[in-house]
Amino acid sequence: MRRVYLDHSATTPVHPRVAAVINRYMLADFGNASSIHEFGKTAQQALRWSRERVAELVGASEADEIVFTSGGTESDNLAIKGAAAARKDRGRHIITSAVEHHAVLHTCEALEEDGFQVTKVGVDEYGRVDPEEVSEAIRDDTVLISIMLANNEVGTIQPVTEIAQAAREREILVHTDAVQAVPQMPVDVEDLGVDLLSLSGHKMYGPKGVGALYIRRGTRLLSQEHGGHHEKGRRAGTENIPGIAGLGEAAATTMEELPQREKHLERLQRRLIEGLLQVEGVHLNGHRRERLPNNVSISAAAIEGESILLGLNAEGIAASSGSACTSGALEPSHVLLAMGMSHEMAHGSLRMTLGRDNSQEDIDHVLEILPPIIDRLREMSPFEIQ
Amino acid sequence: MYTDKVMDHFMNPRNVGEIDDADGVGQVGNPVCGDVMAMYIKVKDDIITDAKFKTFGCGAAIATSSITTEMVVGKRVDEALKISNREVAEALDGLPSEKMHCSNLAADALKEAIDDYRSRDADEESE
Repeated sequence: MRRVYLDHSATTPVHPRVAAVINRYMLADFGNASSIHEFGKTAQQALRWSRERVAELVGASEADEIVFTSGGTESDNLAIKGAAAARKDRGRHIITSAVEHHAVLHTCEALEEDGFQVTKVGVDEYGRVDPEEVSEAIRDDTVLISIMLANNEVGTIQPVTEIAQAAREREILVHTDAVQAVPQMPVDVEDLGVDLLSLSGHKMYGPKGVGALYIRRGTRLLSQEHGGHHEKGRRAGTENIPGIAGLGEAAATTMEELPQREKHLERLQRRLIEGLLQVEGVHLNGHRRERLPNNVSISAAAIEGESILLGLNAEGIAASSGSACTSGALEPSHVLLAMGMSHEMAHGSLRMTLGRDNSQEDIDHVLEILPPIIDRLREMSPFEIQ
Repeated sequence: MYTDKVMDHFMNPRNVGEIDDADGVGQVGNPVCGDVMAMYIKVKDDIITDAKFKTFGCGAAIATSSITTEMVVGKRVDEALKISNREVAEALDGLPSEKMHCSNLAADALKEAIDDYRSRDADEESE
């Protein structure tokens, strides 16, 4: 059976070049970067090299603006809690959006318990935040704005540059969760004008358990980990050298491949979207143009997402859904609901996220397999397509 | 996460459809939580002779609907009423724990259908 992986926003396969690097830093060059001997020095070099690669990838002017973490979630936590703690005497108001990843939303909610106030701006039907609305939400006591660069469920790209402009005039820190964006589109912290940016290894053909936070020079954060003086006191704990070296290699590969990768993904994306929109009662979720090139999110009327996934999985196709059944909660995706979608349509959502390893044949295969699954489930459904 | 039996009933559901001249119809669930089941039964001499379903929902919702229709055909109405959601789940060799409440509604749909049948029957007798 042909197997097609269309869940690259969940995780990606490790790039062969990355796997080779990780292998080396596990078996041969296994030293602790804090050690004085040769083993330690080799680890330090890997740390330095990776920091430079990640800095390059996001357009940071200095390698030291990059701090390595255990992944996107920790980066978001360090950015938000660290900035909030460092600035709490200036004010206790944070602005974010209703469509953020839970790593941001739940972190903000945790701060609410500590006396911070959080404004969540809404989005339009395409999942876009209005920069005007963010500007209007700014108060005298606003200390941080956290708006994602691209959404993980529907791929909508947010106008972060415009948002950051208004914030910087008021000396408010801007954080962006760029976990989904970094592997698929050019990202430059200077163009964006952000102070903090989160990224993750395993979303960009690197390993799981490693990520990074860009911290603009001069930005004070309170460390969330207490221990040794690793990462210049910003994140204590022995550095995960195999993971970090792998992340560095993943960053280097992304730099090299990105122009081609983008074109390849756009081509496949267009083919998949056009094919799916031929199916009756299928809607595209998210923005048509302001969208990551690897994201295809649809909703199919009158049927439920998990059952589509099971049908696809039985045919060797891996995708994901925003239905309640797959979120582990009783509610369907908070992103789709924030976009004004009905519960029924949100339950019928299907996300297919493409990767560098997908081919046109994969797309054609999906377009052959999926419509009969939708038909079969609709025959079972008590609802009519409206 | 699902047993082979759940997958069998999901991939090859039994008794999908509606019964035009059903003696009882029951519908439970709502689209907000993501599961809606409609159950149709045909009854003759107090015995369920046919059952069909239509379900909007996840794999567990479809599989429980399917197996329930199999379990009730040939049963007396009062016997069918005793079928619980737990028994339906057991007949499928179990369901993931998070599915036990939200998607395990087929026995409830069946009860609704039987209640509907009984109320119609009572109406006829009183006429």
